Amino acid sequence: MKVIEVKGLTKSFGQFTAVDHLTFHVLKGEIFGFLGANGAGKTTAMRILCGLLSPTSGGGTVAGYDIRTQSEEIKRNIGYMSQKFSLYNDLTARENIMFYGGLYDIPRKELKQRSEALLDRLGLTPYASKLLKDLPLGWKQKLAFSVAIQHSPSIVFLDEPTGGVDPITRRQFWDMIYEAADRGLTIFVTTHYMDEAEYCDRVSIMVDGKIAALDTPAALKIQFQSEDMDEVFRKLARSAVRTADH
Amino acid sequence: MSSGFSAMVVKEFKHVLRDPRSLFFLLAQPVMMMLLFGFALSNEVKESRIVVIDQSEDEETKKLIERFDQSRYFEVTQVLQNADPVSGLFKKGTARLAIVFPAQFAHDLKHTHTSQVQILADASDPNTAAIAAGYAGVLFSEYQNEMIGLIKIPYEIKIETRMLYNPQLISAFNFVPGVMTLILMILCAMMTSVAIVREKELGTMEVLLASPMHPIQIVVSKAVPYMVLAFIDVVIILLLAVFVLQVPIRGSLILLLAESLLFICTTLALGLLISTTAEKQQVAMFVSLVGLMLPSLLFSGFMFPIENMPKPLQIISNAVPTRWYYNIVRAIMIKGLGFASIWKETLILFGMTVVLLGIATKKFKVRLQ
Repeated sequence: MKVIEVKGLTKSFGQFTAVDHLTFHVLKGEIFGFLGANGAGKTTAMRILCGLLSPTSGGGTVAGYDIRTQSEEIKRNIGYMSQKFSLYNDLTARENIMFYGGLYDIPRKELKQRSEALLDRLGLTPYASKLLKDLPLGWKQKLAFSVAIQHSPSIVFLDEPTGGVDPITRRQFWDMIYEAADRGLTIFVTTHYMDEAEYCDRVSIMVDGKIAALDTPAALKIQFQSEDMDEVFRKLARSAVRTADH
Repeated sequence: MSSGFSAMVVKEFKHVLRDPRSLFFLLAQPVMMMLLFGFALSNEVKESRIVVIDQSEDEETKKLIERFDQSRYFEVTQVLQNADPVSGLFKKGTARLAIVFPAQFAHDLKHTHTSQVQILADASDPNTAAIAAGYAGVLFSEYQNEMIGLIKIPYEIKIETRMLYNPQLISAFNFVPGVMTLILMILCAMMTSVAIVREKELGTMEVLLASPMHPIQIVVSKAVPYMVLAFIDVVIILLLAVFVLQVPIRGSLILLLAESLLFICTTLALGLLISTTAEKQQVAMFVSLVGLMLPSLLFSGFMFPIENMPKPLQIISNAVPTRWYYNIVRAIMIKGLGFASIWKETLILFGMTVVLLGIATKKFKVRLQ
């Protein structure tokens, strides 16, 4: 089942075409890596898929809903974890969970139960009433991920979720992602860490607004005669015309 | 309203209450300004230090000098025989006025019915100089009237000046409406715009936008706590005004509060507009302070009368919301007028709010792209 399906997705800002006729799909339960250099159009593409931007032309569906006409339904059925960190430092762990749950219309009583279960699962119960700024970054990341999926979306978008985090915590974070994917959640993740690209089922690499490569990491390494994803990426990025934008 | 909206409002309240600096700013600032204006700053010029050059040293001059010294507006520091030291005193700033009685003052007054007095003023501060000289003139007039009371003169134009609404010319009557206007404008607009921009800067705005919440809900939820706090500020200011500074509320309190609520909405709309222009909190703060404070101060009529300004500036002042609110507050508090007198101003404020909200919403939507 295709959780994301886009055809000819294009977004232009005046003369500048940020996203140029993207056509691809993502399957349910897949961990899909969405790579690209800064300025390649990654962020814009992801924003369109989240219902934050409307495409200039082309279209598709996310979680079964039309990108152009059903952005509200899309928002209800996706999770999102922002690059700059999704949680509020001056709220407690529990308050953060309750807040985001409230945004997705989870009934209060159920929300309370679920948040206690979540805290328990993460081992955060003793720290539930602590302000988030007092928690280590790794715990915050894991909490942010859990919060992003607590309303049981069909797909979660992760925008560089492991920035600034030590390797062990990164590993644990990816364990969480695997677990969630096993339960049927589709993961759409962008990252700058090429080793993380190896963890994905399939990877796409955007260059100059277009998809320059899309396949499993193993297949890409063969295709580009590279030892690792890092090399694949560098080979592709070298051909890029555009450098980092806004 | 959806649970999401109330969740956001609750969160916003938590943000505000957990930030001691902005809380202090929001609640303590009005109190400080009121006390400052009430007790420290004033337009009245009291206890001006003056020197008298008495070249006559007669009965009349002695009586007059005593009058001056006993007045709460003057303090006679020295009585001199000649005017030489005066320019030195002015240069040092130890005297504001010098009053010169010529020789034979009382003698001339008695025999020719006229005598002259010279008032020298240090006009390096022209406003205070004019006021102090004015007071001196009044003192002489009063003395003169008492003298005339004993003589009959053929024609007389009796001048009766009544200072309506504020007979004692208490400056508090002027600045309480002014402080209310300024505080609301600066606090609401600035705090709201900073709150919205902070969300953008932290990166959580994106997450909110990716949720089912509508942008309007997000923005309004940010405005709610500041509306509440601003309203509390209004109440604090009024309490201080009435009980500490003895400024009356002669009109309807309900009307005053309602108009204040309207003005709060106007300032929040302004804050929203500012937030669409800034990516960083400090920029938002800067734009609010500089972009709003100066025009609000200058064009509201609080510090400088608008009628004195050149025509183009008078026209500009019409576009400044503080001008209208200031008039409304003065009308209700000091003049005790009702809605019938201020419906025009109210309508203008309402119109401004709607227009500002419209522009801000449009800009907000464009930025989402």
